[in-house]
Amino acid sequence: MTRDRFVKEMEALQTDVVRMASLAGDAIHAAVEALRDRDVARAERIIADDDRIDAMHLDLEARCMRLLAREQPMASDLRAIAAVFTITLDLERLADHAEGISKAVKRLGAQPLLKPLIDIPRMEALVQQMLRDVMHAFLRRDVALAEATALKDDEVDALRSQVFRELLTYMMGDPATVSRALELLLVAQHLERAADHITNIGERVIYAVTGELRELNV
Amino acid sequence: MKALKTSPMTNHIAGRPAAPAGGIDARDVNAWFDRHHVLHGITLAIAPRQVTAVIGPSGCGKSTFLRCLNRMHELVPGARVGGQILLDGGDIYGSGIDPVLVRRRVGMVFQKPNPFPTMNIYDNVAAGLRLGGERIRITLDEVVERSLRAAALWEEVKDRLEKPGTSLSGGQQQRLCIARALAVAPEVLLMDEPCSALDPAATLRIEELARQLAADVTIVIVTHNMQQAARVSDVTGFFLSGELVEMGVTDQIFTRPKDKRTEDYITGRFG
Repeated sequence: MTRDRFVKEMEALQTDVVRMASLAGDAIHAAVEALRDRDVARAERIIADDDRIDAMHLDLEARCMRLLAREQPMASDLRAIAAVFTITLDLERLADHAEGISKAVKRLGAQPLLKPLIDIPRMEALVQQMLRDVMHAFLRRDVALAEATALKDDEVDALRSQVFRELLTYMMGDPATVSRALELLLVAQHLERAADHITNIGERVIYAVTGELRELNV
Repeated sequence: MKALKTSPMTNHIAGRPAAPAGGIDARDVNAWFDRHHVLHGITLAIAPRQVTAVIGPSGCGKSTFLRCLNRMHELVPGARVGGQILLDGGDIYGSGIDPVLVRRRVGMVFQKPNPFPTMNIYDNVAAGLRLGGERIRITLDEVVERSLRAAALWEEVKDRLEKPGTSLSGGQQQRLCIARALAVAPEVLLMDEPCSALDPAATLRIEELARQLAADVTIVIVTHNMQQAARVSDVTGFFLSGELVEMGVTDQIFTRPKDKRTEDYITGRFG
């Protein structure tokens, strides 16, 4: 492969990573909407669509492996491919959390929500912002933006704790609410984990740019 | 670089009781072919008993630098060297230093295997010792076997030592040349593109051998093959236009080079 073709293939990888991130982000958003609307049919579609994201992950991984085997890249090229390799895994997991939320929607079925959704949509909005920012950081090789993105993970964690505390009061007040409360808690847990995966992506962006492997937001 | 002291440990290849460390300290080394200035003030330290790779595009001076390390550069008519090259603290270009003795201490293996064509396998390995005056058969036998074993060739040739060296395959011939170099118990072994004429399997054997030999001998390998440098070496130096651009631990050079020129070269942007 010539350098030109290598550069084109790397650009194509980058484009597909962003496309995959966009699909994963859409899936999370749709899952939270399905929860709000208690739309089981939509939740089922999100679960089915996850196969598409899984397939993208496998395709990107195969392309990374092919580039490693054929090009034996070095230095920044090596780091960029290594970063894509792990970023796609985090994106795949991100989409799995959309699937997890959708499964909770299915289990809740037509039951009324325990309470109006306030903090969960906030968590989701933060996750979406983090995902957009980390993808910008990835495309622009922006270390400062990757670091700033990771800081928002704390806000997501704080909201998750808040959700937990609030749901605890419902559960203590009326044990009949426990199963519905646990489903909401699980949703908050999925969103918190989604933010963790985005933080991981930020770490890989920094590695790709600087060669420095470090944990963000520990 | 720290002072290199003679180590009391045994050199397993040559069975010598006290092998010097084999550390090299190049200071402001310049080299010329007539008026053509090919090396510009190279200063670097080569740690003993490690594999040091020298990489760079064609014409960057890497082979010239290698040939300065055992005073072979000056064999070319019109060629000159300036600066100092210290081997275990002693300047190999110092007054009164015999270049022949330097070349015994700093052996060399070339791009194309070059066994002595008229000699059999045994005599190829024994040649250096005989030149040094060794005549005792039992000593020669012992060194020939030890050197061929160290070069990972003994098992393949022990029953045909009287066959011509040129009867061997390319990879075997190269290992024979390594055995020949090892026979005189050098402190340093220079390898100038030692695998460029070999197939992948033979290349792998030479690379493995280089790693093994580094337990006893300082290895300096010049290669065009960056994957080879990445696989085999502990430290890598990148040369460009007769200058040392960057030298560092191989892991660092191939994953996070400091200099943009190194980055551009190893990622194939030029060269």
